Amino acid sequence: MWKESVDYFIYDVLKLEGHGGEAINFFIYDTFKIWFLLITIIFVVSYLRTHFNTEYVRAHLQGKSELYGNVLAALFGIITPFCSCSAIPLFLGFIQARIPIGVTFSFLISSPMNNEIAIALLFGLFGWKVTAIYIGFGLLVAIVGGFVIGRLKMERYVLMDVKPMQGELEEVKISLTTKDRVQEAYTYTRDIFKSIYLYVLAGVGIGALIHGYIPADFIAAYAGAQNPFAVIIAVLMGIPMYSNAAGVIPLVEVLTAKGMLLGTALSFMMAVTALSLPEAMILKKILHIKLIATFFGIVGLGIIAIGYLFNFLL
Amino acid sequence: MKIEVLGTGCAKCKTLEAVAKEAIAKSGLFVQLEKVEDIMKIMEYQVVSTPALVIDGKVVSTGKVLSVDEVLAFMKK
Repeated sequence: MWKESVDYFIYDVLKLEGHGGEAINFFIYDTFKIWFLLITIIFVVSYLRTHFNTEYVRAHLQGKSELYGNVLAALFGIITPFCSCSAIPLFLGFIQARIPIGVTFSFLISSPMNNEIAIALLFGLFGWKVTAIYIGFGLLVAIVGGFVIGRLKMERYVLMDVKPMQGELEEVKISLTTKDRVQEAYTYTRDIFKSIYLYVLAGVGIGALIHGYIPADFIAAYAGAQNPFAVIIAVLMGIPMYSNAAGVIPLVEVLTAKGMLLGTALSFMMAVTALSLPEAMILKKILHIKLIATFFGIVGLGIIAIGYLFNFLL
Repeated sequence: MKIEVLGTGCAKCKTLEAVAKEAIAKSGLFVQLEKVEDIMKIMEYQVVSTPALVIDGKVVSTGKVLSVDEVLAFMKK
């Protein structure tokens, strides 16, 4: 219905034609569709999240066996919000609770990767199948990556001495009424939307230009099947684009439509969300560079493997 | 009454501190405000997501910036 309205407005009311008309049509259609989806999904996710907090996750990860802990941590990563500014207290707090560092890394990989903005955009632009693949394989990277880091016995690369506490943790209980939760979800949604709507606009805008003007064979030559290094280049390019999932994903949708392979697109988006330079800089205060490099290396390799696997299968 | 804002110095933590200040001014009460930046002290409160708000030694909120009204409501409890 929305598609028809935009078509009518652009082609019949404004009488625009050709590449320009197509680009403007695409821009208007996509921008409003994405804004609407973002607001809806972020609101729902942030409402659900008022029931969980990182303290709750920590209490529930305590004392779990290693592999089970990795799985649980990766799953918790979907539902808890993550801000790289909280990375230090999170990391040290988990050690304090005697949670193995491999399990902590599973959480640190999964939480930013499965953030609500990325999920909302993927769902809106690529549909539920690609979203499910993204989440599923994202969890796999988080579980396996965390498990491997745990096996490497890198505890000595944590530069801060944390005394493990005795006994079981008590949950930090924070009680809220439904009204409080709705209020909180509303505030959160508003703040997030304010901080990303311009990126969405820019992403869709550039996407619309590509959609209208750049021929498909051009994209296919660089990001398609003809370029065997496309996945690796995509992952390397994704690292500095942290927190711009809002602008990047609309762009990736257009590139995919124009011949970029889905595996390459998935790797790129995972690199954007999971590998973040600012987070690495923050963690450097408490972790030795070797541990951070291992973390980036393992996650990077995992993401690249997924990209090639998909390009090969599809 | 004593209010502590726990945070390692990120932007959100500074915002919460400013909000707490405003709430205290609005309440007209005599309140001691402290910004806790020492990570070890933050961990003693069992908090792993910052910023957090502590009133008289009790953690009332973690991992988010509150509004002035929300802080005032916590102060009344």
